[in-house]
Amino acid sequence: MDRPEYRSVGKSVRKKDSMQLLLGKPVYTEDIVPDALVVKLLRSPHANAMVKTIDTSKAKKVPGVVDVYTWEDVPDQRFSNAGQTYPETSPYDRLIIDRHVRFVGDVVAIVAAENEKAAQTALSRIKVEYDVLEPVLDFRTAKDNPVLVHPEDNWHMLCDLGGDNTRNLVGTTSDAGGDIEAVLADCDVVLERTYHTKAYNQAMMETFRTFTQLDRYGRLHVISSTQIVYHVRRILSHALGIPKSRIRVEKPRIGGGFGAKQTAVCEVYPAFVTMKTGRPALCVFSRRESQTCGSPRHEMEIKIRLGANNDGRIRALGVTTLSNSGAYGEHGWATVGLTGHKSIPLYTGSLEAFKFDANVVYTNMQPSGAYRGFGATQGQFAVETAVNELAAKLGRDPVELREQNMVREGMSMPAYFGEVANACALDRCMQHCSDMFGWKEKFPVRDMGNGKVRAAGVAMSMQGSGISGIDVGSVTVKLNDDGGYMLLIAAADMGTGCDTILAQMVAEHMECPLEAVSVFGADTDASPYDSGSYASSTTYVTGMAVEKACAQLKERLCAIAAEVLGCDAAELSFEGGCVRHEATGRTVSLPEIAAKSQCNCRLAPEATAQHSSPVSPPPYMVGMVEIELDRETGVVEVLDYAAVVDCGIPINPALARIQVEGGIVQGIGHTLMEDVTRTPKGAIRESSLFTYRLPTRLDTGRINVEFEHSYEPTGPFGAKSIGEIVINTPGPALAQAIYRATGVWHRELPILPEHILLAKPEERES
Amino acid sequence: MMWLKMGNHSFGTAIDLCDLGLDTIEETDEEFRIGAMVTLRQMETHTGLDAYSCGAIKAAFQDIVGVQFRNGATLGGSLWRRMGFSDIVTAFLAMDSYVELHEGGIVPLERFVNMPYDKDILVRLIVKKRPGAFAYQAVRKQRTDLPTINCMAAKVGDEYRVTVGARPGRAVLLRDDRGILADGITEASAAAFAEHAAESIRVSGNMWGSAEYRRALAPVLVRRALLALGEVR
Amino acid sequence: MEVKIKLNGKTVVDDIPADMLLIDFVRAHGCKSVKRGCETSACGLCTVMLDDVPVLSCSTLAARADGRSVCTLEGLQAEASEFVGFIADQGAEQCGFCNPGFVMNTIALLRENPDPTDDEILAYLSGNLCRCSGYVGQLRGIRAFLDEKHGKEVERG
Repeated sequence: MDRPEYRSVGKSVRKKDSMQLLLGKPVYTEDIVPDALVVKLLRSPHANAMVKTIDTSKAKKVPGVVDVYTWEDVPDQRFSNAGQTYPETSPYDRLIIDRHVRFVGDVVAIVAAENEKAAQTALSRIKVEYDVLEPVLDFRTAKDNPVLVHPEDNWHMLCDLGGDNTRNLVGTTSDAGGDIEAVLADCDVVLERTYHTKAYNQAMMETFRTFTQLDRYGRLHVISSTQIVYHVRRILSHALGIPKSRIRVEKPRIGGGFGAKQTAVCEVYPAFVTMKTGRPALCVFSRRESQTCGSPRHEMEIKIRLGANNDGRIRALGVTTLSNSGAYGEHGWATVGLTGHKSIPLYTGSLEAFKFDANVVYTNMQPSGAYRGFGATQGQFAVETAVNELAAKLGRDPVELREQNMVREGMSMPAYFGEVANACALDRCMQHCSDMFGWKEKFPVRDMGNGKVRAAGVAMSMQGSGISGIDVGSVTVKLNDDGGYMLLIAAADMGTGCDTILAQMVAEHMECPLEAVSVFGADTDASPYDSGSYASSTTYVTGMAVEKACAQLKERLCAIAAEVLGCDAAELSFEGGCVRHEATGRTVSLPEIAAKSQCNCRLAPEATAQHSSPVSPPPYMVGMVEIELDRETGVVEVLDYAAVVDCGIPINPALARIQVEGGIVQGIGHTLMEDVTRTPKGAIRESSLFTYRLPTRLDTGRINVEFEHSYEPTGPFGAKSIGEIVINTPGPALAQAIYRATGVWHRELPILPEHILLAKPEERES
Repeated sequence: MMWLKMGNHSFGTAIDLCDLGLDTIEETDEEFRIGAMVTLRQMETHTGLDAYSCGAIKAAFQDIVGVQFRNGATLGGSLWRRMGFSDIVTAFLAMDSYVELHEGGIVPLERFVNMPYDKDILVRLIVKKRPGAFAYQAVRKQRTDLPTINCMAAKVGDEYRVTVGARPGRAVLLRDDRGILADGITEASAAAFAEHAAESIRVSGNMWGSAEYRRALAPVLVRRALLALGEVR
Repeated sequence: MEVKIKLNGKTVVDDIPADMLLIDFVRAHGCKSVKRGCETSACGLCTVMLDDVPVLSCSTLAARADGRSVCTLEGLQAEASEFVGFIADQGAEQCGFCNPGFVMNTIALLRENPDPTDDEILAYLSGNLCRCSGYVGQLRGIRAFLDEKHGKEVERG
C-alpha cells in the first residue's frame, strides 16, 4: 500500500517530557504542592461489619491533629468512584465514609493533621466497636447469597443493567448469535473448560495521591494523579454535594496508571478535608493501601464451551463469565462485557454460533476497577487457552488451527456488535510472528538435560480503540505569537506519551516542526472536555479531534490572513509556515497572522474540535513465547517472547514498541509470579511489593516486537489503539508452553512453580 | 534496618554501631574475619571470599533484592536475626564458621543459629579457611524474591556439610553421618544423600511455598548442590 | 539530634528526629527526585549515593549519613545527561517515576564497570523495578550509549 510520506507521524521522536522525567525534575503531585494537612485513613480490619460506636475524642486531642471525621460527618448521598461517561454503568453504592464497612481496608475514619506523625498517632487512638457480620468471601456463592453486601435502601443505578443489590448483583449482560446448542450438538469435538484469573494489581510505581486546596476564588482546586480529570470533577461534585463549576481538577505528570487511576480512589478524602477545614490537604496512599484498597483487575471465572469439527473448523463458542467486583461496583458491568465481545470475534472466520452470558457480583473483598485489558485479558486467557487445548486434542499445530479460523480483513464480526474488520492484519501478524520467532523449530518440546525442557506457546488478541458511541475527545489548538502552536487536551499522558503523539499529529497537520507544538494538559479549567485516557481511546478518538481542530484552525488562519491582505479567505491557502494568496503569490507569515489576531481583530486564532466514534476498531496481535521449564523444581524461565502487533499505523513506533514490551512483561508477571491470596478473614496477603512480586529485568527474557501495518479508515492517519492489547497474550501463550513442557493444563493464573511441580496426575491428559 | 522497618515496633533508644570499625573483611592465611557492619555487597564482591567459596558466596548473595539493598544490608543484621529464609546463614553455616559475641565470646555458627535471642552484640563472623569446596542452590518464585528453599553443599577438609534453609525455619546443617558419600560424589550417592537429607529435615509451609512443595524441592536441591560440588572439586 | 550532611556538595546542618529516614531528609531539603515506591526495600526508586555507594534511602536513617556525603540526581545532572538521552530515544522513560532511582543506579554501575555486558547491566539494575517499560528499552538505551561511547557500531532502535 502506498502511504504518503509524513514528516512527524510515524517517527520515533522523544517524548516531550522525557528529559524532565529522566533528570528527576519535580513534576509529580507530591513534588509540586505546597505544605498541606496530612490526610490518613483508618481502615476496617473486618471484611463485613457495622461500626457500632466510634470514639475519636482521644485522637482529636493528639497535638497537631486538626480533625477526625467519621460516618456521622459525611453526606448521605451515594455516588460511584468510577471514571466513566455520565450516566455511569457503575452503581451508586458508595459514601465517603459508610457505617457499614464492606472489605478489609474499607474507610472508617479520616484524620487530618499538621504532620505525618500526628496523623499516625491519631489513627491508633480512635476507638471503634464493630458489629462483625458474616462476609461473602467466595464470589462463586455471592449471587443470591443471604448475606447482602449492599443492603441499604439508597443503593441505585443510573442505567438498568441487571444490577440488583438484593441479589448481590452489580450487573448482568449477554449476547448471542446463531443457535449454539444446535451447532454444538453437530460438532465432532466439544470442549467444556473453566478458567480462573485473579485480582492483579496495577502496581504503578506512584501510588494513589491527591492534593486539594481552595483557590483564590474559593473554589476547590484538585491536583491529582489521575487519568480522568473531568470524571473526577463530577465524582467530587456528587460525593461532596457541591456544583461542578466550583471544582477544578488538574493532573501533573502521573507515575503510571494502567487503569488504576481511572477510578477516583483517593480524591474524595483530601477534598472532604479541604471543604471542612478550608485548608490545603494531601492524601498519599501507602503501598499497602495501594495494594489492598485500590482498584485492581476483576477476578473472574470463565466457562468456555468450544465446538469444532475434526478438520479443525471452530464452529461454536460459548463464554460464561462470573466477575468478582468486590465490595463496590466500579467498572464491573463495563469490564465483564469485554470477556465475550473481545474474545469470541477472534474466531469470526469460521464461527457459526456464539453465546455470551455474564454476571458481576458483589463480595466483601477489595473493590475492583479498570486495569489495562479490561476484561479482554481474562476472556482471552480462557478462549485462547481453550483453543490451544483444542489444538492439542485434535493434534493440530495451534498456529495453523488459528489461521484456519481467525477473523480476517473485511469480515463482519457478529460477536463484536456487527462491526466490520476494516483494518485487520491478524493473518499477517501470525505469519510474521511465526517467522520471526521460529515457531516450527521452537514448538516441538526439547529436552535440555538435567530435568529441563524447552517448549513454546502462542496466543492472539484483539482489543478496541475507545468506547464506541460514548467516548469523547476534544482538543483546542491555538496559534502562538511566534507562529508556534499550543495544544490543549484533557487526555491524560500517564507516561504513555500521548502528549507527544497528539503533538506529532498537530505538527503533521499544521506542517510545522514538532518543536513548534507545545502541549498543555490536563486541567478542567483550561482543557476542552475529554473522557480521559482509558479504553485505548486517546490516539484513536482524541487523535481525530486533533485532525478536525487543525482543519478548522487552518480555515481560521486563512480568514485572519484575509484581513491582512484585504481579500476573500477563499482565495487563500494554508501552506505550513504561512498563508498564501494563490493568485498573486503573496504570503502572510504565521507571526504576522498572530500579530493581526491581537490587534483590531474579531477572530481568535484557535479552534476547538470534538470527536466521538460510532465504532471501536480492534488492534490485533500475536504473541509467542519460548520457555525453559525445570521439571524438578517447576521453575519457568522465559527465554524468548516474540510479538507482532497491528495497531494500524504506529504514530510513534518507539513509543508503540515500549507499550508492547511493557504490556508483555506485566502479562508475564500475572502469569508466573504475581499472586493474590487472602486470609480466612478476607485480608489480602500480598499487601506489599515484598510479597506481590513484580517481574524484575531478570525475569523477562528476550522480547522482540515488530509491527504489521493496516490502515484504519476511521482513525487518525490510519491509526488504531495499542495501550491495552499488549497485556493479553502472555497468559494463554505461557499456559500452553507449560502444558507442552509438563502435559498439564493450568487453568488458573498465576501458574507458580509450586503449581507446576505438584500438579496431580489426574490433571494430566494423555 | 531493612527488616526492622517492615515490622511495627517502637524502640526507646537505638544505638548505631556503625563507627566501631566493624565494616571490613580481614583475610589472613587462616581465616576471614568479617565485621558485623560489613555489607552483603562487600562479601559478594570480595575476591578472597569468592575464591575460597568457589563462587558460592556470590551465588548465594547476588539474587538478594538488588545492589542497593545489598549495599545497606549487613552481615550483623542478617546473622543476628537468624531468619529462616536467610541466604547468608545457609551459606556460612556450611563453612567452618564462628561468630564472635561481645559477651559470649566465640561460638560456632552452628550453635549460634539455635541460640535464643539475648542482649549480646554480634561483633564479627570468623570463617576458617580450611581447604574446601562449596556449591549453592536456591529456588525462587521470582529472581530477586526470598528463596522458597536454599541449600549449600560443602566439603570442608574431609567432612561433607550440607545446609538447607528457608524450610522456612532456620537453616539446618547435615553431615554425612551414615557415610553415604564416603566413596565420593556420584549420581547415585548424591541422590541417596538427598533422600536421606529430605527425610532428616523438617519443612513447613508459608507464603513462599507449601510444606509439600518444599518436601519435593529439598532432595532436588541437595542432589544438585552435591553434584555441583563434585564438579567444583 | 543534629546532623551535618554534605548533600550534593553543600554542607547541610539540621536538627532532625532520630528516626527520620534519609529519603525524607533529602526530600525536605529540596531533592524531590528521590521517590518512595514501596516502603519495603523492594523497588529501588529511592536510590541515592551515600559516600558514592548506591543505597536505598527509604531503608537508611538520616542519622546514619551524619558526617558523610549524600548525592541525589539533583547533584548528578551532568553525569546523568551523558546517557539519559539514549533512554529517551527508546521512549523507555515512560511514566518516569522510577527514572531517578534507575538513573542513579546506572551511574553507579557505569562508575564501577564502564563497559558492562548486557548480563552485567541486568544483574546490577535488578533491584530497580519499572512497571511501564518492560525493561528491554532501558537496556537498548544503555547499550546504545555504551556502543557509541566505546566507538562500536550503533544501531538506533
